[in-house]
Amino acid sequence: MKEFQSRNRPPGILEVKDLKTYFFTPGGVVKAVDGVSFDVQEGETVALVGESGCGKSVSALSILQLVPNPPGKIVNGRIIFQGRDLRGLGGEEMRKVRGKEIAMVFQEPMTCLNPVLTIGRQLTETMEEHLNLRLAEAESRSVEFLKLVGIPDPPKRLRQYPHQFSGGMRQRVMIAMALSCNPRLILADEPTTALDVTIQAQILELLKRSTREMKVAMILITHNLGVVARYADRVNVMYAGKVVESGFSREIYHQPGHPYTLGLLHSVPRLDEPRKAKLDPIEGQPPDLANLPRGCSFRPRCRFADDLCARETPPFRDLGGDHFSSCWREELPRRR
Amino acid sequence: MAQYLIKRLLLMIPTLLGVGILIFLLMRVVPGDIAEIRHAGEGSKISQEVLQKERELLGLDKPLWHQFGVWIWDVLRGDFGVSMWTGRPVLYEISIRFQLSLQVALMATFLAVLLGIPLGTVAALKQDTWVDYLIRVFSIAGLATPSFWLGIIMILGLLVIFGWLPPMEYAPIWEDPWANFTQLIWPILAVGYRYSAMIMRMTRSSVLEVLREDYIRTAHAKGLREKLILVRHALKNALLPVVSVISLELAFLIGGLVVTEQVFNLNGLGRLLVQAIEQRDYTLTQSLVLLTAVFFVLMNFIADLLFAWLDPRVRYK
Amino acid sequence: MEAHLEPAPGKKEEPRGRPRHWPRGVLRFCRQRPLGAVGGGVFLIMVLTALLADFISPYNPLQTNYGAMLLPPGGQHWMGTDAFGRDILSRIIYGARTALLVGFSASFFGATLGALIGVICAYFGGKTDVVIQRLIEILLSFPMIVLALAMMAVLGTGLLNVIVAITIPLVPRSAQVIRSSALSIRNLPYVDAARACGFTHSRIMFRHILPNVVAPYLILLTAYLGGAILTEASLSFLGVGVAEPTPAWGLMLKGAAVTFAETAPWMAIFPGLSISAAVFAFNIFGDSLRDELDPKLRTQ
Repeated sequence: MKEFQSRNRPPGILEVKDLKTYFFTPGGVVKAVDGVSFDVQEGETVALVGESGCGKSVSALSILQLVPNPPGKIVNGRIIFQGRDLRGLGGEEMRKVRGKEIAMVFQEPMTCLNPVLTIGRQLTETMEEHLNLRLAEAESRSVEFLKLVGIPDPPKRLRQYPHQFSGGMRQRVMIAMALSCNPRLILADEPTTALDVTIQAQILELLKRSTREMKVAMILITHNLGVVARYADRVNVMYAGKVVESGFSREIYHQPGHPYTLGLLHSVPRLDEPRKAKLDPIEGQPPDLANLPRGCSFRPRCRFADDLCARETPPFRDLGGDHFSSCWREELPRRR
Repeated sequence: MAQYLIKRLLLMIPTLLGVGILIFLLMRVVPGDIAEIRHAGEGSKISQEVLQKERELLGLDKPLWHQFGVWIWDVLRGDFGVSMWTGRPVLYEISIRFQLSLQVALMATFLAVLLGIPLGTVAALKQDTWVDYLIRVFSIAGLATPSFWLGIIMILGLLVIFGWLPPMEYAPIWEDPWANFTQLIWPILAVGYRYSAMIMRMTRSSVLEVLREDYIRTAHAKGLREKLILVRHALKNALLPVVSVISLELAFLIGGLVVTEQVFNLNGLGRLLVQAIEQRDYTLTQSLVLLTAVFFVLMNFIADLLFAWLDPRVRYK
Repeated sequence: MEAHLEPAPGKKEEPRGRPRHWPRGVLRFCRQRPLGAVGGGVFLIMVLTALLADFISPYNPLQTNYGAMLLPPGGQHWMGTDAFGRDILSRIIYGARTALLVGFSASFFGATLGALIGVICAYFGGKTDVVIQRLIEILLSFPMIVLALAMMAVLGTGLLNVIVAITIPLVPRSAQVIRSSALSIRNLPYVDAARACGFTHSRIMFRHILPNVVAPYLILLTAYLGGAILTEASLSFLGVGVAEPTPAWGLMLKGAAVTFAETAPWMAIFPGLSISAAVFAFNIFGDSLRDELDPKLRTQ
């Protein structure tokens, strides 16, 4: 996959160039991320969308160099954050970036918080480490952040343990933790997938509001396209370890340039369609990342595929207006 | 948490009762008439009158449940009866040996924890390296080697290399610390080694499991230092099950005491139990086994208490 | 715990995770876990020794020879002789037989009975579970050796009695472990689905729950094997286990071995070494087996 960069856009605070993260397992080499490039501007929200296993979470972990090694390894690529290549940083330097410059919010608030430590402790320790605050200062700052994320009675809550919070509240705490050292970039890995539907919207609104307020950029990882339309400025659609389409979310939503994106959009049931209308799923199964087919990875499931797709991998083409797609077809049928 | 503990406390009562019944029945199931066995050594025929008197004395002519009731009632008042073998009160026999066994037990536990937890943690951190293998071999050796054999080899070694044997007589630690130390350090080592092996393994597997938890990944993502993550995040979680295991596996300790006191010829409770069985002293055996079981149940309860107090998920429901 | 689905009728049942061709699996095990393979190898040697004792033993283990007492290891007697002039090597070889007999029987019966009870408890729950749990708790209130000692006091010495005395403490321990394993399966929704399909209790228990507790059961077996051998050695050492003149490693360490420890240390060294080596091997083997069967604990 070639590098790409729009001439209209300045280099953002994060530029991922041709990232390749492979997992070396007894069963073969799993190419979880196979040549991914994207960028994030200051303050903007970029979505990484795709099915389970398409490599979006691994991409985020790769940015923070948290990929479990063994068996995973970043074999190629540059991760340029505020002008520095993160891959070139030593252990100590990278540690100083984590939590302070780039923070991450994980998917499972149930298991991502330490059950035997108070919420307060888990909040203050980051600040003590990165901002060199004393405990008392860190605690009062924690109270502020708990207020920011909408947790009532923060001083009391600081002394409590994770199991005394509900799922949604725990996720708010995780967001507070991520924001607490004023990072420039937040990686949100499916932050609402594990939560009740009613809470999901609240959390997403919270994320949107706080990132706007604090001028923090965000990479929002999700498999839910509805979320993307509303909360992301730009979107990168991923499939089988590669970015297959990229552009502004509104553009992609109305005129998708890749069959996979089209398929995703069509497969979501809509309230304004007649009840009798059939659901239109994408045929087939997610690919085996250790055994990808020749040519376009999506071909086995694509309804528009032809011989060229089986022979050669399509390039990442500019469809105009910062909209890129890797498909041989010039144009796809408009969305319903 | 209080509710949980009271519930556990109440549950202990039927358990203890069950234990008492089991021991009682066990002792009564012995083939042969106790009265006859007592007088077996006296040769030729004993008159039925003497035997009958003996039975009445031991209360063997009453129905079983009555005997049980009498026994339990006595025990609850602290009367454990008289040893059939020595003729002295059981409580007395126990009290003079209690101190020695307690000292060995406590010090062996102390040694075991001091050795077991750090080594187990190191083994987990360096999983599958030579350090890990070495520690694992060390701990498996500890579990595999019979503590009594270890004792024998120790004595052998002392004899052959130093031409010296540990003192025979027991001296309490405040009377003669040096004699006390030179006598007891060997059984403490023998028993403690085995106990520490158990703790080592438990710690290792617990730490390994904890290190794979999501919250450790979160801690890394926050950019905290390795040492801090280990001590504050990992160990605090990993040691929870280890703490309860330490008290639950006191069996290792008691078992070790029983055989090791034999090897080192120590006049402790473990040796007393063996002697009681050899001498067919049912009163003594009964009381000792009962005490062991009660002690055990109590330890389990304390382990639960400790766990409930340490784990915030239980403490703050 | 991996769920085990009812296979299509006619198809051979194969729990997921076990290699299809077991010789290949065994080779992989040897390569990846050399320590475990060594343990397994020692285990095999011991079994062979016990089986072929009649052929490989140089002397009759019960044969006394008052002209050759307390001889150090040498040409005629590779491990020396004991206080009665009996060849120690032969007694060690036949001792393997005793150890394995006691070890296998006790661990097998203990683990199996316990497993059955555990599965029944987990499956039926309710009053059955509560009552049996009480009984288990009562039995677990005794350290293993104390219970075994008490049983020996009641039963008297002898090989069969030793087996019984060691089996009994193992049953509740095994029941506890298997019960919690089975509980985690039993609570899976598909067990309820199976009931809804009308499968009988025993069918569900045997075809669904039992195969999934095979892994912890195997681990218990190997763990108890070592423990049983040690307990037998301790009991015999204390004089309440196997009786003279049966060749048993623990028994060989009793009495004369200690009295003559200074002048004839080989009497104590070889039996103890055998016990340690055997239990060591079983433990390593059991450990590696557990690591193999429990993917969570592998190095990531």
